[in-house]
Amino acid sequence: MPKDDGIGASVKRREDTRFLTGNGRYTDDINLRGQTYVHFLRSDVAHGKINGIDTSAAEAMPGVLKIFTATDFESAGGIPCGWQVTDRHGQPMQEPKHPILAEGKVRHVGDPIAAVVAETYEQARDAAEAIDLDIEELDPVVDMVKALQDGAPKVHDDLTSNLCYDWGFVEENKDAVNEAFGKAAHVVSLELTNNRLVANPMEPRVAVGDYDPWGDTHTLYTTSQNPHVIRLLMGAFVLSIPEHKLRVVAPDVGGGFGSKIYHYAEEAFCTYAAKIIKRPVKWTSSRSEAFISDAHGRDHKTKIELALDAEHNFMAIRTETYANMGAYLSTFAPSIPTWLHGTLMAGNYKTPLIYVNVKAVFTNTVPVDAYRGAGRPEATFQIERLVDKAARELGVDPVELRRKNFIKPEEFPYQTPVAVVYDTGNYHATMDKMLELADYANFESRRAESARNGKLRGFGIAHYIEACGIAPSNLVGQLGARAGLYESASVRVNATGSISVYTGSHSHGQGHETTFAQVVADMIGVDANSIEIHHGDTSNTPMGMGTYGSRSLAVGGSAIVKATNKVIDKAKKIAAHLLEAAPEDIELKDGKFSVAGTDKSVDWSGVTLAAYVPHNYPLEDLEPGLEETAFYDPSNFTYPSGAYGCEIELDPETGKIDILRFIAADDFGNIVNPMIVEGQVHGGLAQGIGQALLENCVYDENGQLLSGSYMDYAMPRSDDVRGFTVDHSCVTPCTHNPLGVKGCGEAGAIGSPPAVVNAAIDALHRAGHTHVKHIDMPLTPSRVWAAMNG
Amino acid sequence: MHNFEFVKPSSVADAVAALANGEAQPLSGGQTLIPSMKARLNAPEVLVSLTGIAEMQGVSRDGGALEIGAATPHATVAREAASHFPGLAGLAGQIGDPAVRARGTIGGSIANNDPSACYPAAALGTGATIVTDRREIAADDFFQGMFTTALDEGELITKVRFPIPGASAYAKFLQPASRFALTGVFVAKYASGVRVAVTGASEDGVFRWAEAEAALSSNFDAEAVAGLSVPANGMISDLHGTSEYRAHLVRVMTQRAVRAAS
Repeated sequence: MPKDDGIGASVKRREDTRFLTGNGRYTDDINLRGQTYVHFLRSDVAHGKINGIDTSAAEAMPGVLKIFTATDFESAGGIPCGWQVTDRHGQPMQEPKHPILAEGKVRHVGDPIAAVVAETYEQARDAAEAIDLDIEELDPVVDMVKALQDGAPKVHDDLTSNLCYDWGFVEENKDAVNEAFGKAAHVVSLELTNNRLVANPMEPRVAVGDYDPWGDTHTLYTTSQNPHVIRLLMGAFVLSIPEHKLRVVAPDVGGGFGSKIYHYAEEAFCTYAAKIIKRPVKWTSSRSEAFISDAHGRDHKTKIELALDAEHNFMAIRTETYANMGAYLSTFAPSIPTWLHGTLMAGNYKTPLIYVNVKAVFTNTVPVDAYRGAGRPEATFQIERLVDKAARELGVDPVELRRKNFIKPEEFPYQTPVAVVYDTGNYHATMDKMLELADYANFESRRAESARNGKLRGFGIAHYIEACGIAPSNLVGQLGARAGLYESASVRVNATGSISVYTGSHSHGQGHETTFAQVVADMIGVDANSIEIHHGDTSNTPMGMGTYGSRSLAVGGSAIVKATNKVIDKAKKIAAHLLEAAPEDIELKDGKFSVAGTDKSVDWSGVTLAAYVPHNYPLEDLEPGLEETAFYDPSNFTYPSGAYGCEIELDPETGKIDILRFIAADDFGNIVNPMIVEGQVHGGLAQGIGQALLENCVYDENGQLLSGSYMDYAMPRSDDVRGFTVDHSCVTPCTHNPLGVKGCGEAGAIGSPPAVVNAAIDALHRAGHTHVKHIDMPLTPSRVWAAMNG
Repeated sequence: MHNFEFVKPSSVADAVAALANGEAQPLSGGQTLIPSMKARLNAPEVLVSLTGIAEMQGVSRDGGALEIGAATPHATVAREAASHFPGLAGLAGQIGDPAVRARGTIGGSIANNDPSACYPAAALGTGATIVTDRREIAADDFFQGMFTTALDEGELITKVRFPIPGASAYAKFLQPASRFALTGVFVAKYASGVRVAVTGASEDGVFRWAEAEAALSSNFDAEAVAGLSVPANGMISDLHGTSEYRAHLVRVMTQRAVRAAS
């Protein structure tokens, strides 16, 4: 019988009591003795030459301790980029310097120019208003295509152009792909935009820098998804602080969605300034500031084409994408439109030839990096919109066209033409499950009912694949990553048998404190409440790479399994000594060690006590204590997949879309906590539906952000996202990690946008508006109405 | 936000006196003023709170009219006007969210005259009377374009008097981010005729749609305006809707308001 708090149990999240009662301890809750406050004076123009910064009046303002500009950071490095992409011609990408404070030029609205440190936050803001800036406005580049034209203003004067890289994948396949298009019976093409998004975690970014002169040690408290990565990047590349003198703590973090992966200038500033000021320095982003300083997501423009033979088999896919990098390269920005996007362009289908071209472009906008899904939503959106369009143009059922081209269950492991090997999957099963849950067979009668009420009903389908469990270090190293992507865990068993687990991954909403405890409880057979999960502090957790890319259970959980197995191995030896048996005869079940075939046994706590009070202990063979560390480096990505169905009603008078039902049938492999998985899918769906219908980050031609607050940036509200049915009963366990898990954090955001748009096109076509081939996201009522009446 | 002095008078006379003094601004529910102060776009030296003035609070019936104190929050109007004037109560209940409705006031909304606010449509759509500390102003004379009204410097709205129509309704199409009116239409039917006021759509702020009023006065039926349209020229065009779309919504929302009122 499964444990009621072990693997597979819907245990309530233990962290929620403190979160829901307002007792979480977030970075902004940290207030140190003698703390000062920094306010960043940010550019209000998109592009300009800094001719002068006069801080004299501001320095005389009450409470001001120091005003920093770029000259204070001449000895510091720039904010580093963690990934180098090599272009089609074998050349490295163009990589501009990203200074902590603007040097010579400002390159986007929000670019920090000066930093005022004062006794209070309001004094810092008052003084910032007294800084006299002499900025000569320059013509900005905002549009990616225009940015690459001859004579376009350059974001970085020292680069040859605004082109970061021109990437081709698989470059050797290019001619063969073109040849396939020449022979195709049908070619279907689509031009689309993947709209720019702002992550908007509930908690804005915060950083508190502290310096202890007696130990010459720095501490940074920050809202990060990966404190060890921040320590490495900031210590080694920006401020030249060795790891043993730098502690980075990411306490409770209120959501990240990618935007808190990156090392930001404000973190380096607070760390550095605390030493100069000789007092702690705190920065808390306002929501308005977050819109112009947090890395944005998506922002691709793509042309995609599909070649089919006469039997409607997919022959080849060819794409050309412009990907916005913004003004500087954020930590993982170059990898998103390339290795996290191009490698997923096979989707769930047997398309033998694929060529992906991506031009990454600098513009005078906020840097763009990973946002929930990161590259994979962009790939899925293209493929699933295009397959839907193909079915419509060929006059075939969109379900059947997908089924016909799906990789079959018996064809795994499946080598795609875009480098990756899918280990398992059963796309036919997830599709069938989704259609069953959606009662797709009776859609027509529901549509007729809507029609009687003057509404257009549509059903949209998408089937996604993603690569999670990021990532095999040797592989990503070859692809340009400047880091490994393993994960770590230390399992410290205490004398009385309770267990403290230290993980290198980080929880900022995912419920690791609950899930990881379930894994260890299940393996040892003890009560999950006797296990505590610690994360987020580089001073007590082993070097780990943090949480993103749905990697924490698949990679971090595997490290915990590995460390726990080491603990169990040693505990069995101790038990063998206590029971006077051979270690290989010891069995561990339900928290009890017994000698196989006998009634001799010792409890878990009997063994742990012996480990720390080693009176009766094999000291000649074993060290006392019971604590093990493990690092796990995956041998492959994991490949969650799923079928999504979206049923909508469209009001033809206003163009407004209401989602009536959304069905997600996912294959996440094995599942540790179904309730948490369901919650993760709900959150992903909310963000994917947000992208499809509501959210849009828009700059005007002058580089001013038009959607810079919630007055214009439409976040989904609870009444926008309802009618979810989430199923994860289709299981093909991952073949290469010990738990057989795949990851569930991003799926909802990956699979839902094409399902929503396909549903809208379906509703319009069924009602006779067959001239509408595509509508770019977000499908606002105004856009839908314009398309219908265009 | 910058520092300011805060006074909370208990009478209209004291409030007017306080406002006459230097760089003072009235503060009612603060739903526009406080965010703009926090963003440092506005920095009054003195804030004169209007929420402690008894004569500016409450909903009262006076024969065929409903009088609402200028500092009455939307939630109070939604609750207390419901039995007298359900069209107005319905409008108040759709403003913002519960927190906004608990703080925001009718006087603040009308004095601000945001082109996408709801209350101006009700005031203009009923031919309400805006009562100030010194005079009475007809709604038709009060709203003078985006964020512009007939109020003089230092003049305070004390109450708004609505003639209660025989039938009325407000149909609002939400701007998806702010949930202000992308286009909202208030329709009110009186013995003397029908009034139609549109908010959210025009670059000139709230306006009356005369053609629709004429058509509905002779036939109070949604079909009566089916063939009418307002020109897109002069309508707001932004991230959320083109001017053509807003012009289209004016007709659609007018029809919906008529159906809801019928």
